[in-house]
Amino acid sequence: MTEHTHFVEIRHAQKSYGALEVLKDISLNVERGQIVGIIGSSGSGKSTLLRAINDLDPLTGGEVWLDGIQVNKSLPHRQYEKHINAMRQQIGMVFQHFNLFPHMTVRENVAMAPKLLKEISKEEANQLAAEQLDHVGMLERIDYYPSQLSGGQKQRVAIARALAMKPKLMLFDEATSALDPELVEEVNQVMKKLAEEHMTMIIVTHEMDFAASVCDRVLFMDKGVVVEEGPPEVVLENPSQKRTREFLRKHIEGAS
Amino acid sequence: MGLDFSIVPDYLDIILLGVAWTIGITVASALLSFVGGIFFAVIALYSPWIIRQPFRLIEWVFMGTPLLLQLFLIYFGLVQIGIDLPAFVAGIIGLGLHFAVYNSELIQTAILAVDKGQMEAARTLGLSRGEALRKVVVPQAVNAVIPPIGNNMIALLKDSALVSVIGVSELTLSAQRVIGKTYRPFEFYLVAAAFYYVINLCMEWVQRKIERRIAVSR
Ligand SMILES: Nc1ncnc2c1ncn2[C@@H]1O[C@H](COP(=O)(O)OP(=O)(O)OP(=O)(O)O)[C@@H](O)[C@H]1O
Ligand SMILES: [Mg+2]
Repeated sequence: MTEHTHFVEIRHAQKSYGALEVLKDISLNVERGQIVGIIGSSGSGKSTLLRAINDLDPLTGGEVWLDGIQVNKSLPHRQYEKHINAMRQQIGMVFQHFNLFPHMTVRENVAMAPKLLKEISKEEANQLAAEQLDHVGMLERIDYYPSQLSGGQKQRVAIARALAMKPKLMLFDEATSALDPELVEEVNQVMKKLAEEHMTMIIVTHEMDFAASVCDRVLFMDKGVVVEEGPPEVVLENPSQKRTREFLRKHIEGAS
Repeated sequence: MGLDFSIVPDYLDIILLGVAWTIGITVASALLSFVGGIFFAVIALYSPWIIRQPFRLIEWVFMGTPLLLQLFLIYFGLVQIGIDLPAFVAGIIGLGLHFAVYNSELIQTAILAVDKGQMEAARTLGLSRGEALRKVVVPQAVNAVIPPIGNNMIALLKDSALVSVIGVSELTLSAQRVIGKTYRPFEFYLVAAAFYYVINLCMEWVQRKIERRIAVSR
């Protein structure tokens, strides 16, 4: 047995779709309270890596550990289902397209999973939902349906929904990419607030300024490998790798 | 002999009893077809191959043969193997399963149409596949199929007349019985038609109510 001294530990992650290898031996450690940003061009494997952490896209090789427990450990199917459901309760995930449940109110969206999975009453779950919604500034819309909200509001509700499970780790997959530019800031504010509260986060993003302002560490991925990794002021402003420089240059050109 | 509706009130009690039976059988088999439809759809989409096979046979029987034959089979056929159902129960089971198979097709299509991000979001929160289906996917699919299922239920109402052949005194058979006494087919068939029309309107009204309720959540 090897010691697992890091809060999140990805060891030799490998993922193939048939002959296409999209993650090539990636290792990554994240400490408690740390915020790691992942940048890279489209198709470089950012989402795949993020989704491997909660086993939404299972790895074909390698291990993922969270707080001393292996997430993707091999167990008989039944036991694995129980194990992974328990692990996922500890790993919040926020998607680019929100994926709110359209048939539920904002309150129900947030309260549903705690009500179902935690040993709490309906009232406690609703109370919890109200607290989390207050946290993201969405308490006023608690009785609305998702269709009645703006994109930024939807994403804040989606964040509250993930937080209601009291996760140890939050994963963000381009949480603001689908938003109109004027709505990006309100979501970024919520994420910054979580950062101040020392939530451990792994954030896939296309927003270099945001990454620079919240991340302790930034990873640049290309073609399934981590090309460069370090503090944002190095990776984003003074990268040592040619590929990183090219990516950033193209990104600036694309943005302006 | 011209049309004369003046004798209708004398037989209205028999007709109204028929109306009650028609409504009762329609509502009961509609509910069965709804629950059965969800059940068949979930089996078809999510169960292992070996479990799906007997259900495919059931589906084939209910889709590929006349409803009339199915009613005979359930009412007269099952007696032979010791299952002696009251006629109205046989009627409800026959109508209910027949339309369950059609509803199942609609629900399957609707389930497959639910965005896969919905399942992912639910699983990410820690819900099992079954819980995610029950709480997230199926309710959305059901919402989407209310209008086409509504159409099926109107067809069910009309086909409920078929249970008269196994002796359930629903509206059509009641009308026939009255006609047997009065020799006034035109009047009483028209009266029956009028009642079917009214029930039809009520069903459409209920459907609109449900749709409006659901529209809020879109
Ligand atoms: N289910 C799948 N089957 C086959 N290939 C896949 C599948 N999912 C992803 N891929 C491939 O894996 C590679 C990495 O995809 P991924 O979504 O992780 O990229 P990304 O870095 O998140 O890109 P983007 O910035 O566009 O979101 C891509 O080449 C993609 O085509
Ligand atoms: Mg992606």
